[in-house]
Amino acid sequence: MIRILYQILRTGIKTEPVDLPADTDIREIGAELKAIIDRHFNGSLTIRQVDAGSCNGCELEIHAMNNVFYNCEQYGIHFTASPRFADMLLVTGPVSRNMEIALKRTYNSTPAPKLVAAVGDCGRDGGIFGKSYASLGGIHEVIPVDAVIPGCPPSPADLLGGILKLLKNKQ
Amino acid sequence: MKTLLEILTAELDAPVSPVSGTFPATVPVCSVPRERFAEAARLLKRAGALLAAEWASDETHLGRGFGVYACYRRDSGYLIVCAALPLDDPSFPSLTRRFVPAYRFERQMHSLMGVVPDGHLDPRPWIKFEDWPEDAFPLRKTFDGSQALPRVAGEYVFGKAEGEGIYEIPVGPVHAGIIEPGHFRFQAMGEDIINLEERLGYVHKGIEKRFESLSWQEAARLAGRVSGDTTVAHSLAYCMALEAMTGCMVPDHAQWVRAVMLERERIANHLGDIGAICNDVAFAFMLYQTMRLKETMLRTNKEIFGHRFMMDCVVPGGVAAGLDAQYKAVILEELSAVEDEFERLVMIFDENSSLEDRTRSTGILSAEEARDLGMTGLVARASGMQLDCRKDFPFAPYDRIPVNIPVMSAGDVHARAWVRIEEVRESLRLIREMISTMPKGQRSAPVGSPAADTTGFAAVEGWRGEIIYWLQSGPKGEINRSMVRDPSSLCWIGLERCVLGNIVPDFPLCNKSFNQSYSGNDV
Ligand code: SF4
Repeated sequence: MIRILYQILRTGIKTEPVDLPADTDIREIGAELKAIIDRHFNGSLTIRQVDAGSCNGCELEIHAMNNVFYNCEQYGIHFTASPRFADMLLVTGPVSRNMEIALKRTYNSTPAPKLVAAVGDCGRDGGIFGKSYASLGGIHEVIPVDAVIPGCPPSPADLLGGILKLLKNKQ
Repeated sequence: MKTLLEILTAELDAPVSPVSGTFPATVPVCSVPRERFAEAARLLKRAGALLAAEWASDETHLGRGFGVYACYRRDSGYLIVCAALPLDDPSFPSLTRRFVPAYRFERQMHSLMGVVPDGHLDPRPWIKFEDWPEDAFPLRKTFDGSQALPRVAGEYVFGKAEGEGIYEIPVGPVHAGIIEPGHFRFQAMGEDIINLEERLGYVHKGIEKRFESLSWQEAARLAGRVSGDTTVAHSLAYCMALEAMTGCMVPDHAQWVRAVMLERERIANHLGDIGAICNDVAFAFMLYQTMRLKETMLRTNKEIFGHRFMMDCVVPGGVAAGLDAQYKAVILEELSAVEDEFERLVMIFDENSSLEDRTRSTGILSAEEARDLGMTGLVARASGMQLDCRKDFPFAPYDRIPVNIPVMSAGDVHARAWVRIEEVRESLRLIREMISTMPKGQRSAPVGSPAADTTGFAAVEGWRGEIIYWLQSGPKGEINRSMVRDPSSLCWIGLERCVLGNIVPDFPLCNKSFNQSYSGNDV
């Protein structure tokens, strides 16, 4: 236990805080995000992530949003296990034919405002996988999309910026 | 000791003919009459070989019918045995009586290529879903891959345990977390798992078909996106197979840089997994600590190689960017910092008795089961199997910098976590040695085009285990077939086995300790 406490103390706070000039990008995005989420979502934007056929690269970066550097919870962004509690779906991949039905069902289970962000070059238009017998292409081919966050994969900062852009457009 | 080819030639009661135009020369390819395809498997199994991969190729453009291929591995030798199937009767004797991995390989071959494994006991499709038209065989040349498939009615029947008190839990495809989709069907009695059946294929993107419409250069980018967490190892395996076919001599400098990237990918993923395993037993401290270390490595990747996961950094003929003295220093400095922090965390891991309580004797895969099921990579090494392509099939610099392979015998979650810990330590050592011995030179060499009707093979030890690529050129030297075998195609079955008799709430922990790829399996 002593070791654990010592390690925690040694590590200190690695989070790049909203109001400190650690990484300009993140700082600005974070402050704006937090303001919007406080105002319109009572301080908590709940996201259900759906992998509709990705290579898992985009998932790694979505995970990274939760690490101590980005710590997206500080802006009020939380991930939920159920679409029924979600304000927003973060959908990755080209939609594979074998995931089409599951994606539609997830979308239908999500309550309003049902915001949808299509993540990655694949989420935008199918990326390198294109359209084929197995890949239906971008997310918009299957469910309505509010914003695209391009990149292969988009970095955690891109993701936070993309979510912010979506929220601003919806205001 | 006799090689697998010598054994087969001496013992098979039919002609074993060497096939030409196959690369590299160290991996022999031979053909046998199709009726003897399973007999060859029996003889090779008796000689101690394992089945590493099995696949089919449509060779009509090359003036033949279908080809079926089985790749065997024993210690440091690979052997590929193939058989020709006529177009009007594309059946072959199933290898399922000898090798468990053939069970899913052959269902997949039947589903996607329409070749028929005689004697296979399970006619259900694999990767292909029940709502695809039954006669849709995407890997056949007559199939237009760009067309959408209609949906038809159909049902997938799961295995079922029956009896009083037995109940069923369906999970997925959309899981409760930021993970890939797949379906798990549990039969349980009280808390105990009696049976688990995996149903995969949800992220099938038609990758193997897609390869056939790309140039050899573009295809390297696709290989790097088969499984995003293993982008270096996949693109490396693809490039090595292509370089073997074209006789490209990759400059030493590039070989060394590739290996540095491969080991960095291993460390980053193992760090994430060690944290995630701890997190699943409610020890979140470790997850935050290891993810912090992982993030610093990803940032360094971005600084040095231009991409956080090093996507597209391995290119045909070499690497996209070399390493100069300044970046070498950055890497060395970071290694020391990571190592120092990592060792503190290992000490905490080791001393935490409640962690040990949950991970020891949970999800045991015995050495015998691991062998029978044909496991590979870290799952195999946690169950007493000593195999690793870096040692068994070494390419530069691994032929000059030998790798120590950690092997554990317990086969439980703890062993799978501990193998990762040892591998992180070993990779740290390897990178140091690679940096200090790295030759100067070019970052890449030109790659020609493969001659018509040739094949290339490569095996690379990614962080999960052995990745195999088998490429075949068509009549104009284009891509006729690209077979991708992620280690997940072998190891998913081990998860089904290791959870039996464990309690349902321990499934996520067992699953985390395997952490297999869905995308790599479903291609
Ligand atoms: S955008 Fe890139 S990282 Fe994301 S799923 Fe597609 S290929 Fe993978």
